[in-house]
Amino acid sequence: MSELIKKTAAELVELMAKGEVSSVEVTQAHIDQINKVGDAVHSFLFTSPETALATAKEVDRRRAAGESLPTLAGLPIAVKDNLTTTDAPTTAGSKILEGWVAPYDATVVTKLRNELMPILGKTNLDEFAMGSSTEFSAFGPSKNPWDLTRIPGGSGGGSSSVVSSFQSPLAIGSDTGGSIRFPGAVTGTVGTKPTYGAVSRYGLIALASSLDQIGPVARNVLDAAYLQDVIAGHDPHDSTSLTQSLGSMVAAAKRGSLKGKKFGLIKQLSGAGFQQGVQNRFAEAIKIITDAGGEIVEVDCPSFDYAIDAYYLILPAEASSNLAKFDSVRFGMRVTPEGNPTIDKVMAATRELGFGPEVKRRIILGTYALSAGSFDKFYGAAQKVRTLIQRDFDNAFAKADILISPTAPTTAFKFGEKVADPLAMYLNDIATIPANLAGIPGMSVPIGLADEDNLPVGIQFLAPNYQDAKLYEVGAALEGILEGIWGKRMIDFAPNLEVK
Amino acid sequence: MAKANLMDYEKALELFEVVIGLEVHIELNTKTKMFCGCRNDFGDEPNTNVCPVCIGLPGSLPVVNKKAVESSISIGLALGCKIEANGGFSRKNYFYPDLAKNYQTSQFKDPIAYDGALEVEVPSGNKFTVQIERAHMEEDAGKLTHIGGATGRIQGAEYSLVDYNRAGVPLVEIVTRPIIGAGSEAPELAAAYVRLIREIAKALNVSEARMERGNVRCDANVSLRPIGQEKLGTRTETKNVNSLRSIERAVRYEIQRQAQILADGGSIIQETRHWHEDKGSTSSGRPKSDADDYRYFPEPDLVPVQPSTELIEKLRSELPENPADRRKRLAGEWGFAEMEFRDVVNAGLLDFIEEAVAEGAKPQAARKWYSGEIARIANSEDKDVAEMNITPKQVAELATLVESGKINDRIARDVLSAVLAGEGNPGEIVTSRNLEVVSDDGALIAAIDEALAKQPDVLEKIREGKLQAAGAVIGAVMQAMKGQADAARVRELVLERASRA
Repeated sequence: MSELIKKTAAELVELMAKGEVSSVEVTQAHIDQINKVGDAVHSFLFTSPETALATAKEVDRRRAAGESLPTLAGLPIAVKDNLTTTDAPTTAGSKILEGWVAPYDATVVTKLRNELMPILGKTNLDEFAMGSSTEFSAFGPSKNPWDLTRIPGGSGGGSSSVVSSFQSPLAIGSDTGGSIRFPGAVTGTVGTKPTYGAVSRYGLIALASSLDQIGPVARNVLDAAYLQDVIAGHDPHDSTSLTQSLGSMVAAAKRGSLKGKKFGLIKQLSGAGFQQGVQNRFAEAIKIITDAGGEIVEVDCPSFDYAIDAYYLILPAEASSNLAKFDSVRFGMRVTPEGNPTIDKVMAATRELGFGPEVKRRIILGTYALSAGSFDKFYGAAQKVRTLIQRDFDNAFAKADILISPTAPTTAFKFGEKVADPLAMYLNDIATIPANLAGIPGMSVPIGLADEDNLPVGIQFLAPNYQDAKLYEVGAALEGILEGIWGKRMIDFAPNLEVK
Repeated sequence: MAKANLMDYEKALELFEVVIGLEVHIELNTKTKMFCGCRNDFGDEPNTNVCPVCIGLPGSLPVVNKKAVESSISIGLALGCKIEANGGFSRKNYFYPDLAKNYQTSQFKDPIAYDGALEVEVPSGNKFTVQIERAHMEEDAGKLTHIGGATGRIQGAEYSLVDYNRAGVPLVEIVTRPIIGAGSEAPELAAAYVRLIREIAKALNVSEARMERGNVRCDANVSLRPIGQEKLGTRTETKNVNSLRSIERAVRYEIQRQAQILADGGSIIQETRHWHEDKGSTSSGRPKSDADDYRYFPEPDLVPVQPSTELIEKLRSELPENPADRRKRLAGEWGFAEMEFRDVVNAGLLDFIEEAVAEGAKPQAARKWYSGEIARIANSEDKDVAEMNITPKQVAELATLVESGKINDRIARDVLSAVLAGEGNPGEIVTSRNLEVVSDDGALIAAIDEALAKQPDVLEKIREGKLQAAGAVIGAVMQAMKGQADAARVRELVLERASRA
């Protein structure tokens, strides 16, 4: 394995800036790793080595010419396949979009291009980001590099596995109920869901518009900070994007401190009932925080008990409407039934064949939740719960600067374990969903391996709206202490994928 | 399609009370569409004014057109409405291929304007107050063209084409409360109301407001209830009635059709109906129930619409005079007799005359051309005046040519026909056809002397003081001049020559 791919994004950027290594070398090293482990891990739905190398060459040429370049210029990256790209197909993990090439770049993709980052390809996801394991991808699941028989988390299992198997130093994810943080926790990587609106959603194929947020996937907190600083910012194409700047995440990560901060231990998400190894690592993390001068206070968020219920009404409701445009008329798959079918029949046949089971399940749920006679009982009630959850957070943040919980109840589970039981699958997101309902930022940081299965465990930090920087400040500090204790990085515990 | 049995109109009104409700869509004349930067111009080559947003590509997001919101507020204020300080958009979900996202971004619970009222005058001079329930913003759908069928309708078509240039065009929909008590004048009230809405939109300069182009579209709800009954009857909604005359006719038709069904013991089906201009009747569309489930929910891709008090008050201060005041002012400025003015209003000629006057015509002359000629010709051709191929500027030019004595009235009518036939501007036509009156007295005198010589008895009578006898000579002279003479001048000269000879 090339030493280059084991380096952090921050280290690679520095080496390239000093001229000690070229972008072509860095990019090629990652392409080599993709060629080596790509088939086994199945992180990518599409790879674009030629265009990535072309960008790398361009960066090297401009650097050689003495031009001043953006911070992450020349650093390769992978993009979740629910973001539109003009030079690669965008499928959102669905048959209904197979082969579709968007005529426009998502705003985040434009920012990556402006940053001169070589894009290695598009990463796998559960169909339309509906799932926690990538098992609902129409193109087959991605594998967890720690154990190829296990899930890499979802929906962003492509991005988490690509980063944890060193195929890319960074990746873009999207988080609607935990799709960045849960994959981060189960692959020993760092994932952030920024404040709702911090990153433009323009070009992100919507799952649930009021919950979706794009964020960074990385192997450590500082790398994630670098990426968030590149992709954040107001976008006139997205009415919900924030107009104010949230400051520098890199500066916050470099500041890295736990001292004097109050950490709110959420009573409802304290880990009771979670896998023992998850509880053990979480307890240790709390001790480290305390030892480093942080203060632990307990906060009560009683409405969290209804978060999953509310989430699985609001999300399907919005999704049922967002997915209505997939009708075969203007783009994507078209299925024409026998005979001389009307447009209604063509639409129905296309959606019947084009959508997978979880997508259909949620469209039906959402259509029902919005229907006359059900609206108040379901969608309306869920919105009230959402308000109560926001209130719970307000009260909690009156007592604490940061809230903490385990990111997920378990470590990575085996393929097939939960795919037939939607409710069991939905429970993976019990700790991550409240942040999406409230819009607040959250981050998952690895805190070691569970005793019983030697698989990664993550801690989740939550901060008040617009205070993403706090996540990076405490996340980097905890990470630093843990790496000191371990004597190496979390990701270095991962078994070497010497496949092929 | 068998033509329905219609009850005699007077009889229908003896038996039933008429309730109407009007939904008027106004297409705003903003430069760009409601939620994207595409040109708001759907007359272009199909599917050229489109982008990922208005054709609903995956990942695209809407952004509200600020100007459209301001125009909508202005409309609301002109309708006497309250303005919603904390409103927003909702999604109206239904599948249809002209609807790119398969939901329409519209307003549901909190329309931009609500609770207004308009005083509407009908041709008899009676005035009615129409309550406005709401005016809300929404986007238009694309335009479907059905190919292969006999009627151009979807039934029987082989395939359909869709043009998304119109998708996302900003609309304001104005909805009245049920209008009760107009009695036999309900059809006229419906037309007068839409005319007033058009005038308001034009005065605000928020829409081209041309019905024949679909800038203003009206859906007319009609229901009947037996006189004395409290409960409203079942209504029908006649869609897209696109001229003022048609609105009046469609409402009248529905009153007569429904009355006959009810009198025969039948019941009205709640449905949409299509108006057929050629047949003068409506036909059944799709059933429509109050339970149509559009699964409205707040549009999560947009932020609330929260116009500031400052903005609302600024727009209020910029409102043009309201149509009633405008009419009062124009009546004063033009000096028409009361009946003349009312006829002008009822014929929908106010705007045209005002424009012609602005272009230099004398008010009475403009009135005469529009009421006497253009409206009459339009009527005989079953058209609206707006559809006639003549601009107010051309009318003013015509009136000025007459005023200056360059042509006389009879010639002017020929010139008008030529303008309507597309031959050009009046001045050009007069020149090219050499129609200018003969103002050379020498030529006229020669013709007069010749005519007098041919009719010695007439000369005698004139000399005896029977001046009306001059008519025969004037006629002969005009004929000799091929009509291109000023008849008044000819008369003067005839009398002068007769007294001299």
